[in-house]
Amino acid sequence: MQYQSQAVAKPYFIAAIGLFVGQILFGLIMGLQYVVGDFLFPAIPFNVARMVHTNLLIVWLLFGFMGAAYYMVPEESETELYSPKLAWILFWVFLVAGALTVVGYLMVPYAKLAEMTGNDLLPTMGREFLEQPLITKVGIVVVALAFLFNISMTVLKGRKTSVTMVLLLGLWGLAVFFLFSFYNPSNLVLDKFYWWWVVHLWVEGVWELILGALLAFVLIKVTGVDREVIEKWLYVIIAMTLVTGVIGTGHHYFWIGTPGYWQWWGSIFSAMEPIPFFMMTVFAFNMVNRRRRDHPNKVATLWALGTGVMAFLGAGVWGFLHTLAPVNYYTHGSQITAAHGHMAFYGAYVMVVLTLISYAMPLLRGRQANSNKAQVVEMWGFWLMTVSMVFITLFLTAAGILQVWLQRVSTTPMPFMQAQDQVAIFYWARELTGVVFLIGLIAYVVSFFVRGETKATAT
Amino acid sequence: MSAPTLPAINSRPPGDLAIWFVIFAELLTFGIFFLSYGFTRAHNVALFDASQQLLDRRTGAINTVLLITSSYFVVRAVAAVKADDSRAAAHWLFAAMGLGAGFILLKLNEFAHGYAAGITLSTNTFYMFYLSLTVFHFLHVVVGLLVLGIIAQKAWTGGYSAAEHTGVETGATYWHMVDMVWIVLFPLVYVIH
Repeated sequence: MQYQSQAVAKPYFIAAIGLFVGQILFGLIMGLQYVVGDFLFPAIPFNVARMVHTNLLIVWLLFGFMGAAYYMVPEESETELYSPKLAWILFWVFLVAGALTVVGYLMVPYAKLAEMTGNDLLPTMGREFLEQPLITKVGIVVVALAFLFNISMTVLKGRKTSVTMVLLLGLWGLAVFFLFSFYNPSNLVLDKFYWWWVVHLWVEGVWELILGALLAFVLIKVTGVDREVIEKWLYVIIAMTLVTGVIGTGHHYFWIGTPGYWQWWGSIFSAMEPIPFFMMTVFAFNMVNRRRRDHPNKVATLWALGTGVMAFLGAGVWGFLHTLAPVNYYTHGSQITAAHGHMAFYGAYVMVVLTLISYAMPLLRGRQANSNKAQVVEMWGFWLMTVSMVFITLFLTAAGILQVWLQRVSTTPMPFMQAQDQVAIFYWARELTGVVFLIGLIAYVVSFFVRGETKATAT
Repeated sequence: MSAPTLPAINSRPPGDLAIWFVIFAELLTFGIFFLSYGFTRAHNVALFDASQQLLDRRTGAINTVLLITSSYFVVRAVAAVKADDSRAAAHWLFAAMGLGAGFILLKLNEFAHGYAAGITLSTNTFYMFYLSLTVFHFLHVVVGLLVLGIIAQKAWTGGYSAAEHTGVETGATYWHMVDMVWIVLFPLVYVIH
């Protein structure tokens, strides 16, 4: 750790991992509810489990991004963080607000929660992924702006690098596009249209810039390849990401009442979206092959390469599977979407945050890399989680194909719930692989507590 | 007459390797758009032919000449910088930019006429393709002009030499791609019926 203020990243990373565990537990609960419908009912109904599963994912990734920024920016800018104190205050505000929101989801019926939290003043609730009460949404904006102030002031007073520029662009974009969550027109088409400006322009737009910056930072550190080389590719990749991703938003506009040209625009541009992801994979492997040093933190390199591969498969390939309008006509909103969602979020965002944590955490704990033993345990975590995610995706894809066939393509289409019964075997298989994922996650958490001789101390 | 000499097979493409990735992605996108146009037209020949008649082929032809000539000027710029004449390269690049600007003006005029005539992306499938392709290409010309501007400015201040001129080649390659796309787009959308 080169700057004292980087230490503030540590609580963010710990909170992120804690919430990650919570997310997976709720994933398992709802995974079981797919096949045992009344499991934990009425305490935790399916819709609540789903809301907690997805909201926790977003919140812990945000903790991860913020922690990553607090770790990276002082080092990149070669100066202490503008205000470590503000970072600490925001940490507690965000953690308490996030926890209260989840408690609200679990303890109070959703309609009651809406009433209690002033949804009447400005109705923003009740929309997928944007279920948060108004006060939580306002809280997110306040925390995000204060965080961006802190990070931007640090960059302004120090060295400006391409990595921090791309990171800042991504983080500011994240905050700006979240503002559309407050826009909730009564026209359903407009509502959905701008809803995607948060959801899609986050994950297929500005978040990819954050992903690129985090990956570039870790690659610079572990490979020792010239910064100029890595930055050049970072620019090419993010430029292509933005062009394909922004117009690619159109793949959500096929059937919501928008003009017909979106079917062409959405199909063609989103068909190009795998290209920047593929370039990121090639980029990661290329940089590691050209490495000028053998960094003792092997597992961080493994995570970085894994991010490249899994982001390409999950976001790129599984996205392409159902992105063309004529295909999507049948597959829209089926388990194929769920398959894509799982692998894309894991491959792109979960893995890149874990890459950064894997690289930074040993340094935050005063050593360049963890002991060999700890790294091996973490690698078990990597492989168990990654391989089980591949199988979760494959089982959901199989469920999706069967569902689409039974429910939409066959000459005697089945009703939704009847088709669901037919694909139950795949839901059981998914649940079992979900348990393996949890075991992988436990191994990952355990790796932080494994001792053993460390090779070097922090520089 | 001596046999033409072929470039060595293992020689790297001119310019920065990254630009070739960009060009590959661009051509793939345009290529898919062109194929989509072709297949859709095959099912709507009468509509496409009727709508196409309303396009201004004369301006399109002038624009083709402008872009091809500007590409030639860019070739001269690369040759000049290879001969270590950075200032001459800048002159050629400025001239190429002038022609590119001419393309922009004619195109804006064409869009203004279309807008006045009430043509939108939703008018019909032909105009959807026409507007998507031409506006998308138009934006590439704008980006290309910015690229040429940056390298022209650097060439003007002597930033390139016979030994190091990757930037000029990179910009030139991009400009040729913009030109080439138009060479396919113009006959496909404006002329062939």
